[in-house]
Amino acid sequence: MADYHWPPTDKCSLIGRRISRLDGPWKSAGRIKYSYDVNRPNMLHGKMVFSPYAHAKVVSIDTSAAEKMPGVKAVEIMTEPGKEVFWVGHEVAAVAAETEEQARDAARRIQVRYEKLPHLVSDVAPSKAGEHTKQLAEQTDGNPDQALQQAEVISEGEYGASVITHCCLEAHGQVAEWDGDDLTLYASTQNVSGIPGEIAKANIVSSADKVRVLTPVMGGGFGSKFGADSWGLACARLAKKAGRPIKMMLERDQELMAAGERPSMYAKVKVGAKKDGTLVGWQSESWGTGGPDAQGGAPNLPYVVRIPDRRVKHTAVLTNIGPARAWRAPNHPQMCVITMSALDDLAAKLGMDPVDLLQKNIQMTGQLAKTYSAELEKASQLMDWKSKWHPRGDKTSGPIKKGLGVSMHTWGGAGHPSNCNCVIQPDGSVSVSLGSQDLGTGTRTVIGIITAETMGLPLEAVKVNIGDSKYPADGASGGSTTVGGVSSSTRRAATAALNQLLEKVAPSLDAKPDDLEAVDGEIRVKGNPSKAIFWKQACAKLGTTPITGTGQRQRGNDDLLSSGVGGAQMAEVSVDTETGIVHVDKLVAVQDCGLIIDLKTAESQVYGACIMGITYSLFEEKIMDEQTGRCLNADLEFYKLAGIGDFGDIVVHMMTGPGYDERGVIGLGEPPVISPGAAISNAVANAIGVRVPTLPLTPDKVFAALETKGAVA
Amino acid sequence: MERFEYAHASTRQEAISLLGSSWDDAAVLAGGTDLISLMKEYVVTPKRVVDIKNVEGLNGIHSNAEGVTIGALVTMDELLEDKTIRSEFPALAHAAQGITSAQIRAMGTVGGDLCQRPRCWYFRNGYGLLAKDENGKSLVPEGENRYHAILGNNGPAYFVNPSSLAPALIALGAKLQLAGPKGQREVSAPDFFIIPKSDSERENVLRPNEMLASIVIPASSRGLRSATYEVRHKTALDWPLAAAAVTVKLEGGKVTEGRIVLGHVAPIPWQAKEADKELTGKSINESVAASAAEAALSRAKPLSQNGYKVKLAKVAVKRALLAAAKGEA
Ligand SMILES: Cc1cc2nc3c(=O)[nH]c(=O)nc-3n(C[C@H](O)[C@H](O)[C@H](O)COP(=O)(O)OP(=O)(O)OC[C@H]3O[C@@H](n4cnc5c(N)ncnc54)[C@H](O)[C@@H]3O)c2cc1C
Repeated sequence: MADYHWPPTDKCSLIGRRISRLDGPWKSAGRIKYSYDVNRPNMLHGKMVFSPYAHAKVVSIDTSAAEKMPGVKAVEIMTEPGKEVFWVGHEVAAVAAETEEQARDAARRIQVRYEKLPHLVSDVAPSKAGEHTKQLAEQTDGNPDQALQQAEVISEGEYGASVITHCCLEAHGQVAEWDGDDLTLYASTQNVSGIPGEIAKANIVSSADKVRVLTPVMGGGFGSKFGADSWGLACARLAKKAGRPIKMMLERDQELMAAGERPSMYAKVKVGAKKDGTLVGWQSESWGTGGPDAQGGAPNLPYVVRIPDRRVKHTAVLTNIGPARAWRAPNHPQMCVITMSALDDLAAKLGMDPVDLLQKNIQMTGQLAKTYSAELEKASQLMDWKSKWHPRGDKTSGPIKKGLGVSMHTWGGAGHPSNCNCVIQPDGSVSVSLGSQDLGTGTRTVIGIITAETMGLPLEAVKVNIGDSKYPADGASGGSTTVGGVSSSTRRAATAALNQLLEKVAPSLDAKPDDLEAVDGEIRVKGNPSKAIFWKQACAKLGTTPITGTGQRQRGNDDLLSSGVGGAQMAEVSVDTETGIVHVDKLVAVQDCGLIIDLKTAESQVYGACIMGITYSLFEEKIMDEQTGRCLNADLEFYKLAGIGDFGDIVVHMMTGPGYDERGVIGLGEPPVISPGAAISNAVANAIGVRVPTLPLTPDKVFAALETKGAVA
Repeated sequence: MERFEYAHASTRQEAISLLGSSWDDAAVLAGGTDLISLMKEYVVTPKRVVDIKNVEGLNGIHSNAEGVTIGALVTMDELLEDKTIRSEFPALAHAAQGITSAQIRAMGTVGGDLCQRPRCWYFRNGYGLLAKDENGKSLVPEGENRYHAILGNNGPAYFVNPSSLAPALIALGAKLQLAGPKGQREVSAPDFFIIPKSDSERENVLRPNEMLASIVIPASSRGLRSATYEVRHKTALDWPLAAAAVTVKLEGGKVTEGRIVLGHVAPIPWQAKEADKELTGKSINESVAASAAEAALSRAKPLSQNGYKVKLAKVAVKRALLAAAKGEA
């Protein structure tokens, strides 16, 4: 019988190779439909009315004028009078009309009266936030006071990162279509299997099995698309009222105002070490805003390097900036920039190369110490760190200063619950079905590779069915949990199906099922390749009944999977000290994630993360105006995203081979996006000789740093 | 977008007659790269849109003894493809190159660039040209003003003029020809731009029933050295944080006449006349360029968040002067 354990990587024909994603050609040719592209016969368009106030009570809503507008078919109240809205962009009502333009016009005719209430939208420290604060955590381990008193060198600083948004290429939203009591949702979601339950809970259908969610592909979520969302419920209700399908996707300004943001985080840090660099104590007072209800939680500082004696305190500032949502590695990029900047400043004070400081304290990283150490070494080599590094402040003449920075990060990435059915047909065709989704990460391709590898078939021979809630239930794609979950269930389902086939075929090969293997499109006797039968001939023996194998990610420990990864990144920057403009010349990302199924899509995740990381390091910021309570840059003009010219050279290296492969599959989506902020900030400090305390590293902040600390040049 | 009437003119007279007596009546549509977004955001809501794309005589770049005439409908791409512009007026070519979107360069016109509306985010979010709250107080001085004006900002206007071409055209001594019901009038490029005093005014001298027909760069500017330098945060698809266009006339290596015009720093393209004098009689080097830059920004009065723009504008002046002196393209 075939064994479900991963084959040794040198025996694999597909696993671990660089394989192009299956849906790449369909996407580039525009042949596959995103939710945004779905157009159903007779479809209407929905648009929402949003609160223009950052905090207000809805007094009354008059929809009569809107209902009389041309093309209008249905209206839905989303925030009942008497209820409050908590940010500009908070949804209040929705309208469906024949065309998008008519819906937009009609939405403007819905008259809402508000009673304005006080708001806070500025990203301020708790001392300036009045009563809008909530202390979330205070913890002391060991004896930090004593440790810091005895430290030979102390470094103090303030660090942080701004509020940013997800900027998914595809907006939030869906098409809703009813057929009697059955609802189909073409939703841009990270949670295909979970949405039906949410719709049922809102009493829109009589039971969850009346809902079918279809998401063959989606244009990014990054943590902001787990729920059906108020607009999903409203769209379904409008479609019911109108008796016609409705498309309601958010517009870009609504995306930026109301569809989620990453909380900010700032901290005053004091960190101490012995002269040889041994870290002895940490103290931090942190704060940040994650919207009106302190979403995001408290950080666990210091990050990665667990200094035993520490005192940490965190206060949330409650603001009316919009809803906080998980943003690719929630809290980690912020904790990372705070910790790694503080350690980098300490290294500068010690007169030490920061890589040496990290290596010196590598045991404080715990179980992954060996991995981190190897990754730092690999990254140094790829960056040519030793020959390029200089102490703080590039002393060469001219306005352009160059510098290097380093950072490390961690993530869990354990696979989520996952179920898979694998069917082998008598004609030899193979399909696998899972209620999972491919956010653009390569999930579909990974599932195909595992199935094909298991069956000894080429990738093209396998059909992968995902993105449909009628398939076996799968977890939401968040926390880098998808690749683990689907890898285990797929491998187990495919092995179970194959074993049934081997049993059928064994007699004709005069062998026991245990002696058979599926390789190179054949079923053959192990060690005796001449005793073989072609895959198609083997399947023909099934008669008229297909085989179904089922697989489930094991609860708790699953021996195909693991969790806990480390990564190291190094940045090289040029800072024009006359303009304050930072350019990332090179970013090296070294990452482990256990057994890699597809090296190419894995590397793609890291490249994408580096680009996203450069973007939030240099440009991104949700700019809020206290006077009007509004986000002023709810567009992609002044909410700035990096373009090709802004990336520089990105070098990705995946840690593979002994020590990594045998751990099994671990998630990857999140970890590589964590370190760029810290690595780039540290590189800037190394270049110009002073710390620019917070991200993004904009020209005004670079100048301010140069001025207040009187640096080079 | 509000409903509007679409009119298609084929002659100047026809276009003019379709325009109205107030700004709400009608708007000129050239490439549409700005007008359409303003209308989609309900920032402007003209009852009629007059498409001038097919109006005769607004196209092409023509040279004669008097100078070089650029039709208002010439696109950024056409400007960049033109040999005369590239070789003789590098300041203008640099500015057009800086508009780093292939789509906008293909569609956007020179006339549209000069007449485009400010990007001030209060204006674009519906708070009016002068960005006032419900009590008539400007939102800018105590608000988010990192991209706003550092010069000419005594109020009530704090936005910056968005045109990248305007500083170069002013430095090159250009004149603008405006077509109206009574025929054509000519204004010098600097006189075209004004700082509005009320929300109902515009940022230039055009009347609601006039349009910009062409731009003339005088023949006397042909021998000038020129350059534009823009400081941008992103390498592409981003507005300059500050910019400077300069022209210098050199004789025996010394400047006999210099002009420095700043962009994206004031509600109008800003002529730094006090700096022009600094250049006369000198040969341009790092320190001359730096002191001209100091002079150019001597009257700058930054708002609460935009002090950094003063530095950026200085760097732009310095780098533009050095590039012009070197004859760098
Ligand atoms: C992302 C982005 C980045 C940009 N970056 C830059 C930049 O760096 N520098 C820069 O200068 N510009 C930049 N632009 C603006 C762009 O250059 C302008 O939108 C374009 O030049 C406008 O030309 P148009 O022909 O499309 O004008 P339209 O959109 O047709 O018109 C713009 C305005 O001018 C009026 N108008 C047009 N032609 C005439 C005329 N002949 N007579 C009277 N009124 C007229 C219209 O009524 C309207 O109010 C950018 C735009 C975007 C979207």
